[in-house]
Amino acid sequence: MILELILLIMLAYAVGFIYYGLYRNITARIQGRYGPTIYQTFYDSIKLFSKENSVSYGWMFYLGPIIMATGAVLTLIMVPLFSDGEYLKSITSSSNLFVLLYMMVLGPLGNALAVGAGGNPFGVMGVTRGLTRLMGLELPFYIAIVALIIANGSSSISDIMQAQASGGWNAINHPCLFVAAMVSMVGFMGASPFDIPGAPQEVYSGPATEFSGKFLALLMSQGSIFAFAKLVLIVDLFLGGADNLMMLVVKTLVIFVSIIFIGVVYGRYKVDQAVDFLMKIPTLIGLIGLVRIIWFG
Amino acid sequence: MDIGFHGDNFKWSMEEKGTKSAQSLIEEAIKWFRSKSIFVIAYGTGCGAIEMPPTFTSRYDAERMGITGVATPRQADVIILSGYLAYKTLRRVIRTYEQMQKPRYIITLGSCPINGGMYWDSYNTIKKLDDFIPIDVCVNGCMPRPEAVIEGFMLLQERIKNGEEAGWEKYDKELEQYKKNQNKALGGHIEPSYETDWYNMNSGGVA
Repeated sequence: MILELILLIMLAYAVGFIYYGLYRNITARIQGRYGPTIYQTFYDSIKLFSKENSVSYGWMFYLGPIIMATGAVLTLIMVPLFSDGEYLKSITSSSNLFVLLYMMVLGPLGNALAVGAGGNPFGVMGVTRGLTRLMGLELPFYIAIVALIIANGSSSISDIMQAQASGGWNAINHPCLFVAAMVSMVGFMGASPFDIPGAPQEVYSGPATEFSGKFLALLMSQGSIFAFAKLVLIVDLFLGGADNLMMLVVKTLVIFVSIIFIGVVYGRYKVDQAVDFLMKIPTLIGLIGLVRIIWFG
Repeated sequence: MDIGFHGDNFKWSMEEKGTKSAQSLIEEAIKWFRSKSIFVIAYGTGCGAIEMPPTFTSRYDAERMGITGVATPRQADVIILSGYLAYKTLRRVIRTYEQMQKPRYIITLGSCPINGGMYWDSYNTIKKLDDFIPIDVCVNGCMPRPEAVIEGFMLLQERIKNGEEAGWEKYDKELEQYKKNQNKALGGHIEPSYETDWYNMNSGGVA
């Protein structure tokens, strides 16, 4: 089981980094550039791990990226990768959606503690923006997940996946919930128009402003692991899960590429605009889906 | 276009034949990764700042070689100084350079950082930047075109890959001399001190 966990983290690391390389490449092609290779984020990560770190703000500053990485890895091991089969099951048999939702918020809170210890004003601005945005992002996402739990009568991800094998995908059965969760997911993945916390040209790198070397590399690594876990979660909940690795890569890639396209086309919202939008339109769509499930089954 | 060199020993570590230990193999690999990924902070002084947007955007696209702009000195590997430096600017540049994490490199654009350029007679610009902080690559020209800037970057990548002595190693080694020059030019005021925040004027910080 320990071996499986290590293998799972390595798989998520590799796939996440290649996805982010693809993200940079596709963005470049859309902007009329040649763009970097898809391994570029991997090169960046290795280089950052080999850099010296001479910045010191006390132990809380260093603990922040580690808490974030913990949150990402815990999210990853609680999401079942495949709908059936023997491999890479890790601890998913004893996990459920409520614990998962708690684990997904662990990272931003750890980040807030670390940046607060660093005291860089741009970092603090970024964290304030991020936590404000989180209020808007979580609302439609939680409504969609609560509605799914009601519809399936279970908070286990494996049960929801098995129900889809016989009854069809949730994305088709409950389109309102899918739309609400996808709008939230665009924000959770840090794509425009919700890329407010680390907004370049506004607050420099936001929360990552004061991080350098190994800690920046750790932030990047946990970001890619977390991104992969979130994509798998969406595939599990709405697209019926996957039977094998090939199917998983195809389904997550479709979602990831659609998020890239949305992110490249749209500009950035201001903080209040984003929260305003998220609390009105996706929340309303999610509520329609919830009402439909409660009253019409 | 002309590209000046600073640093004398020009050794080619890749050409050395024979068996290599695992440690040296890892060192070679890290050098290669470092040369493939360069984070740049652009310190736009003088007229050369105008050459940087085309270098990094669609027309010349430096990102295809792994050269990306970042926002803060903490994350950067290379600082571009793009023209003449007043004494006042030099203080900020020294502070920014010392905030960057090793290994760190400096690329300058134009002739002003090399010998003062058209400001050779000026009372408040510095003539030879290499006396104060160690320059790795000077891209000549007034101003150098984006092609020349990219060629300067490629030269730096080559030097990183070959493991030549970089400016930051020289800076560590000859810190006394550099600090002496800096103090002489700036009258001993290389502050702001690192204990204070830039926005906290009351405790001695400088805005």
